[in-house]
Amino acid sequence: MPKCSAKCGNKAILKRPKTGDALCKECFFDAFETEIHYTITKCTLFKPNMTVAIAASGGKDSTVLAYVLKLLNKKYNYGLKLVLLSIDEGITGYRDDSLNTVKQNRDDYEMPLKILSYKDLYGWTMDEIVEKVGRKNNCTFCGVFRRQALDRGAALLKVDCIATGHNADDIAETVLMNVLRGDLARLKRCTAIITGNGSGDGIPRVKPLKYTFEKEIVMYAYFRKLLYFSTECVFAPNAYRGHARMLLKDLEKIDPTIIMNIIYSGESIRVSENTSLPSLTNCTNCGYVSSQQLCKACVLLEGLNRGLPRLGIGKSSRVKQILTEEKYNNLNSNSCVEAKNCLCKNLKDNSVNLK
Amino acid sequence: MNSLQVNVEFGGGAELLFDNKKTVTISLPEKKEKWTIEHLLIWIKDNLLKERQEMFLQGNSVRPGILVLVNDTDWELMNTINYIIQPNDRILFISTLHGG
Ligand SMILES: [Zn+2]
Ligand SMILES: [Zn+2]
Ligand SMILES: [Zn+2]
Repeated sequence: MPKCSAKCGNKAILKRPKTGDALCKECFFDAFETEIHYTITKCTLFKPNMTVAIAASGGKDSTVLAYVLKLLNKKYNYGLKLVLLSIDEGITGYRDDSLNTVKQNRDDYEMPLKILSYKDLYGWTMDEIVEKVGRKNNCTFCGVFRRQALDRGAALLKVDCIATGHNADDIAETVLMNVLRGDLARLKRCTAIITGNGSGDGIPRVKPLKYTFEKEIVMYAYFRKLLYFSTECVFAPNAYRGHARMLLKDLEKIDPTIIMNIIYSGESIRVSENTSLPSLTNCTNCGYVSSQQLCKACVLLEGLNRGLPRLGIGKSSRVKQILTEEKYNNLNSNSCVEAKNCLCKNLKDNSVNLK
Repeated sequence: MNSLQVNVEFGGGAELLFDNKKTVTISLPEKKEKWTIEHLLIWIKDNLLKERQEMFLQGNSVRPGILVLVNDTDWELMNTINYIIQPNDRILFISTLHGG
């Protein structure tokens, strides 16, 4: 039975993926919390007196985030006001248990909780959307609506900042996906520990768990006896992300440092000055940051409200073109939307220059 | 008959693959070689895991992303699949793959 690498004399309970160290429970807690504190201070994620909304799903990441932020805020006097913000997609049975877990978090960590429903924000529940678009496509809505729901909720709560539970594995996975898709604009953004800090770029979002391994988050929750909720999405999983995740987990098994290396690669990528990236503007309809005139959520909503729910599933440039065409030519037919083969004609060719 | 009694537990969503059972006490039949976790995984596959085996197993081990703890210690400190199971061991499988 190995002893703790910190030479405290205790029995080790975990092998750290980042360093290979064997740590006892107490030394693990200390290392885990101190590293997050270090990330928070080194990257200046917060300023005193900020109100921070923790995006809370009841899952492992947000539960651990809420617990650790509460602990660090007290221990190091960050002077933050912490609140929990949850989104209820209105999927029958799916959020009930997770929202109960969030309510438990609220009571356990003594933080105010705001739950916003898709019905409140968009006028549609996920169940109603599924009825229109089918199970295959609903995760497009799920993701886009969720992203914006947090911002709308944060604006409503008048918070200064949103903290999300994205961990190192999540970010490495996103880097990998953006590389595979050749999505330079997102590749540049996805490793940023703070986004939305620029003018007109919405409420800042921070990722305090950016350098924290998924394994350690789960182990931390287990040894701290934190209650969290886990489930599969009851609808079809996002296949693309699923493949990237499996690849990453296989690589991680061979060498866990691959996670940090992929994040580091993502951070180090410089885009050539002469590469034209879609510049970010604000949605003309709702004001949310977007690379198009209309943000994806508004496109999807427009499709739903006009009875063309498949509008917006797929490449956004195609959607924009369709909307433009429809607006200016006053087309009534949606045959272009239905025609699968029109997708390829509108794919934009982003020339990738990696230095 | 000297069977080997073990407590097998599932968490983090792994229980969803086992009829939502979080704890199972099992008796492993006596055999010539010692019971290792590798053998236990085969036993679980044959006796507890009825469907979607690829969600839990990969090769002769668990699927990457499933954590294993033996008596509350990371199995990576205990020789992983080669760990020799002792009577009344508590073996916990926690999935990190399930969302929340
Ligand atoms: Zn120690
Ligand atoms: Zn979904
Ligand atoms: Zn919009």
